[in-house]
Amino acid sequence: MKRREFIQHTAAASALIGLGGLGLQSFSAASKKITILHTNDVHSHIDPFGPEDGRNANMGGVARRASLIDAIRKENTNTLLLDAGDIFQGTPYFNFYGGELEFKLMSMLNYDLATIGNHDFDNSIDGLYAQLPHAQFEFVSANYDFSNTILNTHVKPYKTFIKDGIKIGVFGLGVELDGLVDKKMYKETTYLDPTEAAQEMTRILKEDEQCDLIICLSHLGYNYSNRPERISDLKLAGTTKHIDLIIGGHTHTFLKKPTVMKNLDGENMLVNQVGCYGINLGKIDFYFDADKNKSANGVSIIV
Amino acid sequence: MLLLTFHNNQMNIKHLFLIAFITLLGSCKQDSHLYKIEGKQVPISDSLESKAEIDSYIKPYRENLEKNMSTVLAYSVDTYSKRDGELNTAIGNLMADAVYEESNPIFNKRTGKNIDFVLLNHGGIRSIMSKGDVITRTAYELMPFDNSVVVVELRSAQVKELIEYLARAKRAHPISRLKIVLDKDYGINSAFVNNKPLDNTKIYNVATNDYLYNGGDHMDFFKTNDSLHVLNYKIRNVLLDYFEKKDTLNPVIDDRFIQIKN
Repeated sequence: MKRREFIQHTAAASALIGLGGLGLQSFSAASKKITILHTNDVHSHIDPFGPEDGRNANMGGVARRASLIDAIRKENTNTLLLDAGDIFQGTPYFNFYGGELEFKLMSMLNYDLATIGNHDFDNSIDGLYAQLPHAQFEFVSANYDFSNTILNTHVKPYKTFIKDGIKIGVFGLGVELDGLVDKKMYKETTYLDPTEAAQEMTRILKEDEQCDLIICLSHLGYNYSNRPERISDLKLAGTTKHIDLIIGGHTHTFLKKPTVMKNLDGENMLVNQVGCYGINLGKIDFYFDADKNKSANGVSIIV
Repeated sequence: MLLLTFHNNQMNIKHLFLIAFITLLGSCKQDSHLYKIEGKQVPISDSLESKAEIDSYIKPYRENLEKNMSTVLAYSVDTYSKRDGELNTAIGNLMADAVYEESNPIFNKRTGKNIDFVLLNHGGIRSIMSKGDVITRTAYELMPFDNSVVVVELRSAQVKELIEYLARAKRAHPISRLKIVLDKDYGINSAFVNNKPLDNTKIYNVATNDYLYNGGDHMDFFKTNDSLHVLNYKIRNVLLDYFEKKDTLNPVIDDRFIQIKN
């Protein structure tokens, strides 16, 4: 009965890709659900857009995001809240308070982890460092080498979480800074190749850390159709394996729904980005079961 | 153990124990198999209630800002976005023209020379300008960065490089007093500075921002320069001063950077 409802629901609502587990049974208590919530490029948009705004009237706002996140966490305590960078810069809140309020509010919303966007260097690497005490969450980046900077030891390549016995590994990737950010702002930060960094991270998270779920928190940008050689989330998706979800940023890309991509092994995975300015919250639910049969024919992705 | 509820009518007690045992083994090995992913995005709209605790935390910060941000400076006839327009945009034209109008008197007073043309970057337009009152906040949103105007002396060879860069970039980087026409293959059909063809003997005073001068957007032609004049004039203050002088803002997409399509 339940299975029929499920298929009807998806056929009506959206595309159902690679329906694995044809022997899908009714939900049992052994089934676990991990919810990943995400934002990107909020750019200091703390208040909602006003009613007079020419494009995003009455959208966004941290206080509204907070109540939505509360409701989702209430429904599923096994939730992670992530941000893909460019927290800073875009409203006078940043010019006046230097990012303090952004970090304080994200801490009040219980953000679990973020990566660093190019604009997070806008008050220089020292300005970012100065605000770190206000952040009750950590930052990850696997391809910015901060060893010769003030951020040394303050940013790790990845972080793991265990929720309901499910081990989740999250690593960060940042965009190339040369030509994008003034060198005097990022100082001795070294940019490393994102694909190589991702390959190393996925090996560590899959083999050494034995993660059940691997997430890449990226500020590389969704896709560069004019410059296909440039690394992007879509390109990274196809050249790596074991990543279940790439949460992107930088290009302020509004997607109707998350993009399903094939990884290097031909397996389906997701790339998502939710535009900018806190107008949307991304929500990706991962369902796990101890019963191997359910995943034997691949993972079904409903977007 | 819940497996039992599905199968109990078919199984004897020995099987039940076996299943329970296997399930237990499975969980020891942390055998969790991902079998389904559901993804969507939730709009943060005004149908969501604001969390009072967060709102009251923001309040003192907001009130302090409001005092500084709400002065009405001008009126915008329409909503202007950097996405509207192919090689030049109304909002970009406004910004580049404002940099010329506001910076040239300062540059002239200090050097006796004039700015020949202006080049900014498309990525430096950080928001739309909405129809209606233009307030202090508008300038902060358009130009939140603390970048300042610099005037770079370039020889004609570097100006040529600059124009070639713009042709290659195919992007509406804001310009003022420079005119470029591209052919259908994005080659340079013609280029004029202040309506005159490039003069190989002239040194051009090009106004830009310190971000581009320091290598932003790989505008490397700025590196080979004869001289640099730092005006200590933030682009945001240029906009604030410009808005204050104008009653009504009605910028247009024009022919300063175009492509002949056939």
